[in-house]
Amino acid sequence: MHIVDGALAPEVLIGGGVLAVAGLSLGLRKLPIDKIPATGVLSATFFVASLIHVPVGPSSVHLIMSGLAGLVLGWTAFPALFVGLLLQAVFFGFGGLTVLGVNTVNIAFPAVLAGLLFRGMVSRSSPVTAAVLGGCAGAFSIALTTVFVAISLALSGDAFVPAAKLVFFAHIPIMVVEGLVSAASVYLIAKVKPALLQAADQTSGFEMQATATLRAKQAGEASNG
Amino acid sequence: MSHLFGHDQPLSVQARGGHSPSFVGTFDPRVRVVAACVFAIVVVALHQIEFALGALIFAAITMSLTDLPLRVTLKRMAAMDGFIIVMLVMLPFTTPGTPMFSVLGAEASKEGLMHAILVGIRANAVVLMMLSLLSGMTPVTLGHTLYRLKCPPVLVHLMMFTVRYISVLHDEYHRLRMAMKLRGFKARNNAHTYRSFGYLFGMLVVRSLERAERVLEAMKCRGFSGHFPMIDDLAFKRRDGAFAVFFLALIIALVLMDRMYVVAY
Repeated sequence: MHIVDGALAPEVLIGGGVLAVAGLSLGLRKLPIDKIPATGVLSATFFVASLIHVPVGPSSVHLIMSGLAGLVLGWTAFPALFVGLLLQAVFFGFGGLTVLGVNTVNIAFPAVLAGLLFRGMVSRSSPVTAAVLGGCAGAFSIALTTVFVAISLALSGDAFVPAAKLVFFAHIPIMVVEGLVSAASVYLIAKVKPALLQAADQTSGFEMQATATLRAKQAGEASNG
Repeated sequence: MSHLFGHDQPLSVQARGGHSPSFVGTFDPRVRVVAACVFAIVVVALHQIEFALGALIFAAITMSLTDLPLRVTLKRMAAMDGFIIVMLVMLPFTTPGTPMFSVLGAEASKEGLMHAILVGIRANAVVLMMLSLLSGMTPVTLGHTLYRLKCPPVLVHLMMFTVRYISVLHDEYHRLRMAMKLRGFKARNNAHTYRSFGYLFGMLVVRSLERAERVLEAMKCRGFSGHFPMIDDLAFKRRDGAFAVFFLALIIALVLMDRMYVVAY
């Protein structure tokens, strides 16, 4: 999923960088000081997702869970996923510095879009429906990410087009797995802590979110501390 | 992998008590961050294999001046190469040009092979230089450095929080995983496995958010007003300036030679 330095055309790199800065500034604007701890901890959670390996056929893949990130974080998924990619690039050498913008857009933008599309529906439906929608959101964001990766490769030269197609088809099993895992995660969250999936306008302030949590607690939700 | 974010890592900028840093590690982190970025941007723009190779050698020399374990670094680079190997193998066959050899009826072109080699060298040079210059510093130092380089404070705070909690949540993951193992869970290719991993991750998200609420309350108790004091002793010394000038001169030389080569031939 990561594109490395040196493959893409400068125009694509610059375009990705500009879009990433725009997305970051939008995401940061929606991030009040009070929500930094929650966003930071969730950003760490999604970093840990990339350390969890799930078997697929004879091999294994790591989770990405960008769809769930979009559902839970909304626009702030952009800076949260950017931080994860930055740390991976600098300390593990995954991806690179000049492609950081492109990689961020490729992974975070589908996540935000999945959140915008599915969040309202997920928050209003029963756990089972929410799970189905969550699975769709998970598979959708991975599919869109591979499309974006394919587009960034194809824009960098016609010679990359076959590789771009290969990237898309190679990721179909990953889409399925991400969808299944996201569905189960959303099911559990909808049962245990539905406040996490409340629509954005209801959780815009931290105070509001605390009330939502309180309401959920009064409804007899299990304590998971 | 998460050893980088272990609990024992220093939360202050002065890393490793007692243990003296390597030659590269003694320079101001700000110079190193800027140098790595400039190097990446310039190397990506190189067109000639000879000079890309020069950049790779430059990165390797820098690498030898750090105290990074060689094996770990090579392993990381190999992992990165694994990402691109398919693309590199396909490039010769998809680029039109002078045919060189053919495999199973597909013609490989010379231009395509050269392009693939160039992409591979550039990618390796940038990653090697980045690991050499940056991965020796702690994530906290990186946060302070970005703050001093005028990155948005909110983003830097977010990064510091993320770094702080990666190890905590990774431990939590291992605890949940251990509990699953004790109950006889084995990862296979079936719906049960994916559902279990989904529940595992969902639980991780729920717990992390509850943890975040406790953290925020504790921070408010201690007077958190939205700003972390960034206490560090980053100082731009003369030798940092010398490093910057030397590095910049080498990079400019690389670019000029690369461009002149195009004009001359």
